[in-house]
Amino acid sequence: MAGPMADDPTPEFGLDYAPAPESTAVVHLADEYGLFIGGEFVEPRSGRTFDTINPATEDRLATVAEGDSADVDRAVAAARTAFEKHWSDTPGTVRARYLYRIARQLQERSREFAVLETMDGGKPIRESRDVDLPLVAAHFFHHAGWADKLEHAFPNRNVAPHGVVGQIVPWNFPMLMAAWKLAPALACGNTVVLKPAETTPLTALLLAEVLQDVGLPPGVVNIVTGAGDTGAALVEHPDVDKLAFTGSTGVGKQIQRSAAIRRLPLTLELGGKAANVVFEDAAIDQAIEGVINGIFFNQGHVCCAGSRLLVQESIAGDFIERLKARMTRLRVGDPLDKNTDVGAINSAGQLARITALVASGVDEGAVLHQAPCDLPDRGFWFAPSVFTEVQQSHRVAREEIFGPVLAVQTFRTPDEAVEKANNSPYGLSAGIWTEKGSKILWMAERLRAGVIWANTFNKFDPASPFGGYKESGFGREGGLQGLGAYVRDAGANA
Amino acid sequence: MGGHLPVDKTFKLFIGGAFPRSESGYTFQVRSDDGRLLANAAKASRKDLREAVRAARSAQAGWAGRTAYNRGQVLYRVAEMLDARSDEFTALLGDGGRSDESARSEVEQAVDRWVWYAGWADKFQQVLGTVNPVAGPFFNFTFPEPTGVVVQAVPDDPPLLGLASRLAPAIVTGNTSVVLAGEAAALVAMSLAEVLATSDVPGGVVNILTGDVSALLPWALGHLDVNAVDLAGSPDDLPDAALADAAENVKRLVHGDPTAASPSVIAGFLEFKTVWHPIGH
Amino acid sequence: MNAPTYTPIRTTSVDQVALEARAAELGSRSIKTSSKRAALHLAIRCIDLTTLEGADTPGKVASLCRKAVRPDATDPAIPHVAAVCVYPEMVAYAAAAVAGSGVAVASVAGAFPSGLSDLDVRTDDIRSAVADGADEIDIVLNRSAFLSGDLSKVHDEVAASKEACGDAHLKVILETGELGGYEPVRRASMLAMAAGADFIKTSTGKIPRAATPAMALCMAEAIREHAHQTGRAVGFKAAGGIRTAKQAWHYLVLMGETLGPEWLTPDLFRLGASSLLNDILLQLAKLDSGRYSGPDYVTID
Repeated sequence: MAGPMADDPTPEFGLDYAPAPESTAVVHLADEYGLFIGGEFVEPRSGRTFDTINPATEDRLATVAEGDSADVDRAVAAARTAFEKHWSDTPGTVRARYLYRIARQLQERSREFAVLETMDGGKPIRESRDVDLPLVAAHFFHHAGWADKLEHAFPNRNVAPHGVVGQIVPWNFPMLMAAWKLAPALACGNTVVLKPAETTPLTALLLAEVLQDVGLPPGVVNIVTGAGDTGAALVEHPDVDKLAFTGSTGVGKQIQRSAAIRRLPLTLELGGKAANVVFEDAAIDQAIEGVINGIFFNQGHVCCAGSRLLVQESIAGDFIERLKARMTRLRVGDPLDKNTDVGAINSAGQLARITALVASGVDEGAVLHQAPCDLPDRGFWFAPSVFTEVQQSHRVAREEIFGPVLAVQTFRTPDEAVEKANNSPYGLSAGIWTEKGSKILWMAERLRAGVIWANTFNKFDPASPFGGYKESGFGREGGLQGLGAYVRDAGANA
Repeated sequence: MGGHLPVDKTFKLFIGGAFPRSESGYTFQVRSDDGRLLANAAKASRKDLREAVRAARSAQAGWAGRTAYNRGQVLYRVAEMLDARSDEFTALLGDGGRSDESARSEVEQAVDRWVWYAGWADKFQQVLGTVNPVAGPFFNFTFPEPTGVVVQAVPDDPPLLGLASRLAPAIVTGNTSVVLAGEAAALVAMSLAEVLATSDVPGGVVNILTGDVSALLPWALGHLDVNAVDLAGSPDDLPDAALADAAENVKRLVHGDPTAASPSVIAGFLEFKTVWHPIGH
Repeated sequence: MNAPTYTPIRTTSVDQVALEARAAELGSRSIKTSSKRAALHLAIRCIDLTTLEGADTPGKVASLCRKAVRPDATDPAIPHVAAVCVYPEMVAYAAAAVAGSGVAVASVAGAFPSGLSDLDVRTDDIRSAVADGADEIDIVLNRSAFLSGDLSKVHDEVAASKEACGDAHLKVILETGELGGYEPVRRASMLAMAAGADFIKTSTGKIPRAATPAMALCMAEAIREHAHQTGRAVGFKAAGGIRTAKQAWHYLVLMGETLGPEWLTPDLFRLGASSLLNDILLQLAKLDSGRYSGPDYVTID
């Protein structure tokens, strides 16, 4: 409560929190970043660079190298050398030490990473500080402990690392997705070429500094920044032994085509259109919060976002009213403000996609309701939105919007809820809100999705496997099941 | 010389528990190692594949909904019926050129494999599932579920053991299967269909098509209502475009040693579902 | 046999984990510097400055009342608290001491803190306190009846107490720490409001498990539902264990976020406390001087 002196005696008080901006002084950005290959930052052979901006202000943050196929080639070669020269022989106990060191460094520099994540990506500091970065450190710490226990993780199997792993991560949780990819890969003894997303490369490059600081041998992790072409070069590279991708279903399918032809091991974590199913016997107030969190967390830039609300018809009118009332209390704006609930849309391109899909919803006859909020003049913003009167055939009910837009539908019976929830090519996650335990289990058994949140939503943990059914991808990340994606069977008694 | 001329068996397809002919009307000749005509087998078409997938899909929920105990007993019954007909299978394998000893050994191994996987029905969840210690007041657990409909290209050699080694781990968890058997494995596969048909396996849980696997697989890989394609026994000459087509619905492609026996083979046909539930009152 | 006068209304379930997570999240809201003084003043204006000791005397109550009327003798800009809260025996002294100041007199009544005496005895206690000058009456919910399932009895007792209050405002203390969880608290809240409570209050302060932010959120959600169903705005009072300005701020945020800014007034929000006031005064001193103050610089009354 302490703070500098204020002026006038007793102004009217009305929960006027903002602004309480997090200081950016903790972040020291270079003006230009090269590629991280073989343990050092190098100039790109491509000779090309691109700017990364703060989506909340459109200010340039830094200039970043754009890797081309020659750069990817160099990174894969560095990873191959590291794998063959030492990493594949490095004992699990030693790999564990490196991962523990990384975890500790990330804990100690957590605020710096959180602020940079928010600056580069637009997510509220409350989330990068309280969700992303704690989970990043936890992910390294958890997997560190697996590195020297693989024979117990995979009993009666003789497993070996794949070798060089190509990993491509998205812009919605840049550091967290990098951690999800790197930690199990390194724990299992693979070396990595990581490609961060075009719009959010900076925390990965800061991570490269951490990797240098902890003394991770050169070439074990290589980071090649760039856009889609850079990722394609990595996917197509003939000396990559395994691929892991998190991103859109469209790009995931392209990657699967390439990997399928080469019969290459692949993990895909793709899009979603999760149903959040609210029954009339739910704990209604908590369900409201859960639905809000489900769709507005990280501006809805979440593959597992609860973007379809299925609410039982008997309570639908009342529930939707309460939901709208709750939306009026969402604070949209400066992501660095500690009181902000909904930050900036990640990029102009994403904003255009959201805008177009919302327009299609209006055109198709759904009723749009937007939270009243003052959006900043600069940067990319979209007001929290809810569509009612949504039909199953509407695009807003079927396509992943990847923005703060909720489509509301109703159901009458549990069977109908299951049918509607599953009526999608996606199957990443689902939510169930009811206080009846047997109904939760009945629903959980029937929902075709990889992660089921009962009376909660958007919870993540390194020990909890995450991943989809159907077109939401295959393979898991996190937990024992996720670890398995980074080993292969090496044959009997090898 | 006696008056009895043996009655030759007509080999058809196995779809939805029935034995239809191929809708195409095509057959192919299967000859013994020494050139004797053994049978005319049905050459399945893409429409037969479509029907088989349809049958597998409609049987899947019911099969997965059986208790694990029940599925285990059904698979064990397959082993029983196979064992009871071991002479017939030994002869069939012998027709393919195998020594009697080798043929008998394969039949025994195949019986063993069915028994082994039958026992997994009520154990794979315990071995492959987990309770996850998340950092919060949540009960969090992960359990495997069948992926759904699997199309399986089974190996030509060894035909009976290969079939058991791929089919049993796929269906024991509640998947339903469409087996594609090449010409060399056709008679063994269709004889196994007779075993299955008399073993309490519900219609549609296993469907068997014989013929040109290379021609059928692309249709399976492109089929949007197929969840997984098992390539462990597939021919090597699949066109790139066919393999790439699997991405159309992000199909699971399963590779592996065609005669391996391991819970990790079972895992290849599974999805993993994680449930979070708060702990409170 | 009489027909029951109370038919249990269906109350929504409450999920403990999600409720506690939401309450904790609201504790991390930061306040705008220029609003801090307003927030601290509001907190003072919502305080029921309380003494409920067997050793209370007219002299102790007089001292408390002076503090209530003029929290900081050196700074007249600091507003008075909402009420003083005392035992019935002390009501007359308190009423005389705060007369004309705008500070109300609240009295616990009705076999506080157990509530386990004959209903007539309890209503007589209420009438007597009101006659002595109490503006507000804090009674306890009959936990014995509630926990044994006799919800009609609970309801009828609250209704009888409300009647005994006359024009005085009725606050019903649920003693949440004795009810066994959030769902019974939600049910008890709905019951007390249905029976006519003007305020629902967390705790007596006489047992270790006192007010928590999550419990306050649970009750605020019940108030929101009651307002939604009936259009009547019922107040909320947190009591027990609230000692710091930071805690007070957390409760203000909980109320404002859950019920809206219209609940952020002494008419609908109270903080029952004794030492809280001094901590707020210390914070205000920090705002004025720019330096951290110490306990020797506020009066212990």
